[in-house]
Amino acid sequence: MTVPLLKAERLVRRYGVRHGFFGRKSTVHAVDDVSLTIRRGETLALVGESGCGKSTTGRLLIGLEPADAGAISFDGTVLPMPHEPGWRSSRARMQMVFQDPLAALDRHLTIREQIREPLDIHRFGSPSERAERVAALLSAVGLGTDHATRYPHELSGGQRQRAVLARALAPRPDLIVCDEPMSALDVSIQAQIINLLADLQAELGTAMLFISHDLRAVRQVSHRVAVMYLGRIVEEGPPDEVFGAPLHPYTQALVSAIPHPRRRRTERILLPGDPPNPMNRPKGCAFHPRCPIAGSACKLQLPALEPVKESRSVACHAVHGTTGGPAIRRLA
Amino acid sequence: MSTRPFLELTDLCVSIGGISVLRGVNLMVARGEAVGIVGESGSGKSVTWLAALGLLGRKARVAGRVRLQGEDILHMPAPFLDRVRGARIAMIFQDPASSLNPVHKVGDQVSEVLRLHRGMDRRAARAEARRLFDAVGISDAGRRLDAYPHELSGGQNQRVMIAAALAGEPDLLVADEPTTALDVTIQAQILDLLREVRTETGMGLVIISHDLGIIAETCSRVAVMYAGRVVEEAPVDDLLERPIHPYTAALLAALPNVDGPRRRVTAIPGSVPDLVRLPPGCPFGPRCRRHTSACDAAEPALASVDAEHPGRRAACFHSSFAHARAPEHKEVVLA
Repeated sequence: MTVPLLKAERLVRRYGVRHGFFGRKSTVHAVDDVSLTIRRGETLALVGESGCGKSTTGRLLIGLEPADAGAISFDGTVLPMPHEPGWRSSRARMQMVFQDPLAALDRHLTIREQIREPLDIHRFGSPSERAERVAALLSAVGLGTDHATRYPHELSGGQRQRAVLARALAPRPDLIVCDEPMSALDVSIQAQIINLLADLQAELGTAMLFISHDLRAVRQVSHRVAVMYLGRIVEEGPPDEVFGAPLHPYTQALVSAIPHPRRRRTERILLPGDPPNPMNRPKGCAFHPRCPIAGSACKLQLPALEPVKESRSVACHAVHGTTGGPAIRRLA
Repeated sequence: MSTRPFLELTDLCVSIGGISVLRGVNLMVARGEAVGIVGESGSGKSVTWLAALGLLGRKARVAGRVRLQGEDILHMPAPFLDRVRGARIAMIFQDPASSLNPVHKVGDQVSEVLRLHRGMDRRAARAEARRLFDAVGISDAGRRLDAYPHELSGGQNQRVMIAAALAGEPDLLVADEPTTALDVTIQAQILDLLREVRTETGMGLVIISHDLGIIAETCSRVAVMYAGRVVEEAPVDDLLERPIHPYTAALLAALPNVDGPRRRVTAIPGSVPDLVRLPPGCPFGPRCRRHTSACDAAEPALASVDAEHPGRRAACFHSSFAHARAPEHKEVVLA
């Protein structure tokens, strides 16, 4: 296999948190020992609940903040950090799309000016080529020329997110990181953006990191999915397999919790307890206090993310048969 | 369904700052019934219930009728409404943290409801608050009574809100996007709790949500709203199986599946109309696949579709059981 576009090894990101003004300081492991790769033209989805570290992972991968440990290589070379030489040119090759399109757009610039700005900054072609590129991008994301002269507040939420996507695609990036790109949009508009992302991906072959809590949307756009819990990846594989036959008890609960009109209320796995607090990470497997099948080993030993078969890995003692408790079904 | 509905909204209209946000809503809820209200932003799904309970403030002009067991409560004086809200109809909102008072202990906030609506003294109210905390699944209830909202998680705060809502022993609970601010595993806990409370107390429930999945799980009947009106009303299972209004059908087709074969979702073209500039005739017309010139001439009224299905009503000139699903909508693709 050729060199992956993006390769991250054992990333760690910690934040110092002080409890009150004179309080003691403690450390939050927002991202803890995360390794992943994205191949050219591939969409990797990061899913998990709030506080699981999926957005921080996205920011680390694109170099928006430095990792405390671990290594990231982009296209075979080490990713430059902010204020290092080469950072700016690497920015052209990686773009980010955020949740709230209105906040991501400059409200004093027209849509055309915003899409053109990265082309000017990264000195893409001649001025007339830039104008042509802007027109091509507008039609690619389904905006008309009449939208080009408008300001962000004059567009609807869906149209704004299209403009943000066009701007991200402008410098022909190799990788786009989309952080919850649909969650601020109405249901009927989400479907438009899902289809648009899938189409753009197929047409342009841009690699994508898709960060979302919406498993339905993730399944629709991604080739691989990684499920995160408290800063670590607990399961990884193709979305149809991971959502169709989840192995990790957390993924199982997550999948069964999705309300869906066409799926009748069947056996839902209700997780006890609150979502985890990254400041108070349980020992052993972080999921064990909420896990229905945790054994004695789970309270003591952190399970490693290990392959169960080609293209699928999981970090669970029960799956690997090292729990000291009941084992759950293994993949053939 | 009983002969007299518990709550009946008749031709409810609301305008705020001269803009018509609710344009004639007719809805009823039977005693103990669970009804879902689904719609996108600006459809009027929340305003309907804020207006019905007199919670909209002075800038809003509200017209129509809101009958609670036959008695019109819409323009009743504040002291009367104070007895209705909380004791007979309670409401909970999307963001529990902003509904709770941050400087009061959560136990005191629930006790306050008990003292106001059930005339308990301080000691009895605290004991009952503790029982309610247990009932809504707050672990270590005795200690949590003295916690402040910021010390609890979003899911715990929503449980406190539900406890406060149950404190007045209401006949109907209106929950406005009760789980939208919560994670999906916590959402499952709260929906489970609402179902459980309903079976135990026989309380009626109105769930306002943009998510048909949530409504399908908790309600027996559903009203779909669009641009300030109800466009379809049906028993949940019927609506999911055979949506009549093209908007309902399109909403269903726009939802990706979790399992089964991966298919392309069918997006609804365009966007939700601006209430200031509603299109002539049917407001869904410009986005509708069944649009004809008749749709621009007048706005269709919500009417019974079929004599054999009295519970099914739709506001569409083309409504009939013959139509099922929207055709594929093609997105523009980069050349």
